[in-house]
Amino acid sequence: MSYTIKVNGTARTVDADGDTPLLWVLRDLLDMKGTKFGCGLALCGCCTVHLDGSPIRACVTPLAAIGSKEITTIEGVGETATGKKVQEAWLALDVMQCGYCQAGQIMSATALLNQKPQPSDQDIDNAMSGNICRCATYTRIRAAIKQAAGMPTADTREV
Amino acid sequence: MSTENIRDDAGAGLSRRSFLAASTAAGGGLLLDFSFPTVAPAVAPAAHPAAAGGTINAYIRITPDDTVTIICKNPEIGQGIKTAFPQIIAEELDADWKNVRTEMAVVDQAKYGAQFAGGSFSIPMNYDALRRAGAAGRQMLMTAAAKSWGVPVSECSTTAGVVHHEKSGRSLKYGELATKAAAVPPPDLKTVALKDPKSFRIIGQAIGGVDSPLIVTGKPIFGIDTTVPGMLYAVFEKCPVHGGKFVSANLDEVKALKGVRNVFVVKADDAGAGPYVGMQMGMFDGVAVVADTWWQANKAAEKLQIKWDKGPHADHSSAGYDRQAADLAKKDPVKVVRSDGDHKKAFAEAPLKVEASYYYPVVSHAPLEPMNCTADVRDGKVEIWAPTQNPGAGRGLVAKTLGIPPENVTIHVTRCGGGFGRRLSSDFIIQSVMISKQAGAPIKLLWDRRQDLQHDMYRPAGYHNFSAGVDKDGKLVTLRNHLVTFGIGEKFNDSATFSPTEYPARLIPNIELAASPIPFAQPTGPMRAPGSNGFAYAFQGFLDEVAFAAKKDPMDFNLAILGEPRVITVPPGPFGPMPPYDTGRFRGVIEAVREKSGWNKAGLHALARQGGGKTPSGPRTGMGFACYYCHLGYFAEVVKATVDDQGAVRVDKVWVVADVGSPIVNPSGALNQVQGGVLDGTGQALGLAINIENGQATNTNFHEYPLLRMNQAAQVEVHFLPTNFPPTGLGEPALPPVIAALANAVFAATGKRVRRLPINPAELKTA
Repeated sequence: MSYTIKVNGTARTVDADGDTPLLWVLRDLLDMKGTKFGCGLALCGCCTVHLDGSPIRACVTPLAAIGSKEITTIEGVGETATGKKVQEAWLALDVMQCGYCQAGQIMSATALLNQKPQPSDQDIDNAMSGNICRCATYTRIRAAIKQAAGMPTADTREV
Repeated sequence: MSTENIRDDAGAGLSRRSFLAASTAAGGGLLLDFSFPTVAPAVAPAAHPAAAGGTINAYIRITPDDTVTIICKNPEIGQGIKTAFPQIIAEELDADWKNVRTEMAVVDQAKYGAQFAGGSFSIPMNYDALRRAGAAGRQMLMTAAAKSWGVPVSECSTTAGVVHHEKSGRSLKYGELATKAAAVPPPDLKTVALKDPKSFRIIGQAIGGVDSPLIVTGKPIFGIDTTVPGMLYAVFEKCPVHGGKFVSANLDEVKALKGVRNVFVVKADDAGAGPYVGMQMGMFDGVAVVADTWWQANKAAEKLQIKWDKGPHADHSSAGYDRQAADLAKKDPVKVVRSDGDHKKAFAEAPLKVEASYYYPVVSHAPLEPMNCTADVRDGKVEIWAPTQNPGAGRGLVAKTLGIPPENVTIHVTRCGGGFGRRLSSDFIIQSVMISKQAGAPIKLLWDRRQDLQHDMYRPAGYHNFSAGVDKDGKLVTLRNHLVTFGIGEKFNDSATFSPTEYPARLIPNIELAASPIPFAQPTGPMRAPGSNGFAYAFQGFLDEVAFAAKKDPMDFNLAILGEPRVITVPPGPFGPMPPYDTGRFRGVIEAVREKSGWNKAGLHALARQGGGKTPSGPRTGMGFACYYCHLGYFAEVVKATVDDQGAVRVDKVWVVADVGSPIVNPSGALNQVQGGVLDGTGQALGLAINIENGQATNTNFHEYPLLRMNQAAQVEVHFLPTNFPPTGLGEPALPPVIAALANAVFAATGKRVRRLPINPAELKTA
C-alpha cells in the first residue's frame, strides 16, 4: 500500500505495509540511515525522532499511524534553532564515543529543550533516561544539554 | 586479554617486505607506503588500484590542494583511535591539522601489521611506530624542498604544513612539494629525527572526534548503514543452544511470505562445531531468510518453526552452574596456576584468618549496534563491509572457510557502534558471507536484539573461593583463591581463568591461585578488560574484607602489600617486550586518590564508620576503595554510594586516579574513555547478568538486560598522573576497579558485603 508521509518538511511516498515501523521506512525505504536500530521495542531510544515535535520511538511506530503528522529526524533537526544548538554543543563538548546512540540522544535532548529551555538535572534525568548510551557518555550528554541551553555545564547534582 | 586469540590473516604470507617506500599517487602526491617491522621495497601500487588523488595503501597522502589524508590502521569502536592515530602521525609530519583528513585502512597485514582494536593495545603498540611514519614524511618533504632550492636539507625547517629555508626566506607548502617528495628515498625509520615532546602541538590537544560532525547529522558511517547495489537483506536464525543442529523447518511456508526472496539452511562447518570454541567462532547451523527489506525478512523469520537437535547442553542452567561450583569449591582444584611459599602452613599459623566467596555472573557485551555485516561473494572473491574489531581474523576465517586466498577477501572496516570485545569474533562476518554465497547476491545480515543477547561469546562467570592470613602487624602474609569457572578438563574457556601474575601474586610470600572448570553451554570471549573486569571485583572486594578484619585502612593495606617502590620484570607478551610492573607507579595512584577523594576527611569508609549500618535512619552513605593494574595502566578509584531503606543503590560519585604514562595523546578522548569505562562498570554491578536456562540465555532485550541509564550515571572525577613513562591504552583499565570500589562502598554504607553480582537490593534493605 502507498503512504505519503512528511519527513523533514518534504512529502515522501513509500509503498509498504501499514504495520512497517517508521524506523525501517526511514532507513531502508527512504535511505535515511541516521535513525538507528537498537532494540525494536522502544527500550533504548536509538531510533528517537520527532512526531509533531514530540520525541517518539520510530521502531514501534507503524507507518499507518503517522498520517499527516510531521516527522523530524536527525538529518533534519539541524534546520531547527534548538536542534542546531544541540548539535553544536555535542561537537563542542566532544560527547561521542562510538556515536551510535547519539542521533537518538540529540533528538531527545532537542525535544527536552524545546519544552524546557532551562532544564534542571532532574529534568534531564527524566527526559533522557529512555536513551541508552552503551559507552556511557552520560556525563557529557548532561553537560552538552546545559551548554545548548546556555547554562553553566557543571554537574550540580548533590553528592 | 586473551591475546593469543587475536590472530591476523592466516595466509597473508607475512613476507616482511615493504619497510618504507614512496610512490606517486594518481593525480600527483606523496604516498608513504609503510609497514613495520619490515625491510624491502614497496608493495606495487598496481596491486592497490588508485582512484584519482587517493589510494589506500599508505598512512599519509598529500594532494596538491594541501589536503593531508592520514590512514588509520586500526578499527574505530568508540575508543577514539581514528582521531588519536592521525594526531600522532600529523604531529611528527608537522601537518596543519585543519588540512588533515582521515581514512580507515582496509585490511592489509603486509602493509599495516596487526590491525585490531583490543586489549587497549593500539597506543602502546603503535605510538612510537606512527611517530616515525609521520617523521619520515616530514623528512621527505624537507628533502624535496631542499633539492628544489639547492640548499642543504639541514638548513630547512617546518611549521604547520610548510617547509621553510630561513636563510633565504623561502617557503613551500606541503601540497606544492608532495609530488617531488614522493620520489625522495625514504629515510631509515630507526634513525629518523623525532620531535621533542615539549614542542608537541597536536599530540596532547583535546581534538574532537574526526567523525563527530557526521554522527551529529546522521550520516551513514556505521556498518549497519552500508548499502551496496543489488543488496538484499538477511535474517539468520540460529539454534538458541550453541552448536545445535538443524533438523527441519517450514521453509516453503516462509518462502511464500511477502518480500521474501529465499529461505535456506546454512550448515555448520568444523570450525563452528561445539560449544567450547573460543571467540573465533566459525559457521554453525541456522536458517537464513533473505528478503527485499530487513523488516520483511524479520517478519518472515518470526514465522519460522525450526526443529533443532539442541545437543548435549540443553539441560544447562545458571542454577546448575551454581550447584556445580559449590561442589567443586569443596574439592581440590583441577589446575594450580601459581603456588608460592606454603599457603596451608601460613594460613594455619596466621593469627587472623579470613575466608569468603565472591561470584560474578555471565554478562553480554551488548554493543548498541547489533551484529551486522554486508557481504558480496562472487567469482571466487569476497567483498565485505563489517563493523569489526578484528578484521584480519575475519579475513582469515572467510578465506579458510571458502578455501580461497586471503588476497581474494577485501574487508572494508566501518565505524563500529560499540565494540567491548564482541566484535573481536567474526561469527557475524562468516554468516553474512555464507548467506551471500548461497543467495547469489550481496546481502546485509542484521541481527535483532534478542539474537545479539542470545548469541554472544559471553564474559564467563567466576566463583572465587578465598582464604587469607594476616600476621600480628596486620599485614597480608598468605592468600589462596580457588576459582571455579568455565572450562573442560584443564582447558579453560576464553577469558575465564586468571594469570599467574594476578595481584597480589609476586608481592606476598605465600599464595596459591588455582582453578576448577565447569562445562558451559555457550561460547565465551573477551569483554572490555577481560578477566580483569571480574577479578578486580573479587580480589579487591575480598582484600577490603581482609583489611577491615585487620582494622586497616584498605589503602594502607594495599600499600603494605605493594611495599617499597620497585620494578618487577615481566616476561615478553604476545606482541613483544612488556614494560615492568612498577609498584611505585601503583603506590602513586593510591596515594593520589586518597587525597583527591577526601578519603580521610570524609570519614565515610568502612573503618571510619566502624562497620557501617549503624546509622539509625535515613540514607546510608559510604565510600569504598579499590585499585587495579591491567592493560599497562595503574588505577585507583574511590566510590561514594548511598543505599536507601529499600536497598536501592545510588552511585553518587567516583574519583579516579590513573597512571597511563605520558603524553595523553588526546585528553578529551582519554577523559571520555575513563568516565565511560567507570560508568560501564557501575552499570554491570548494578544490574547485568545473563541467565541461562535450558542451555540458552533467557534475556531477550534491554528490559531483561538493563544497561546503565542517565538517571543512574554517577559523577566521575578523573586525574591523570603525568608520569614519564611511554603512553598506554585507555579503553579498558579504568573499568575493573570501580566494581570493587562500589561493592566496598556499599559495605561502608550498610555493613553488608556484596559477594555476589549484580548487587541485590533485597539483601540491603533495612530490617
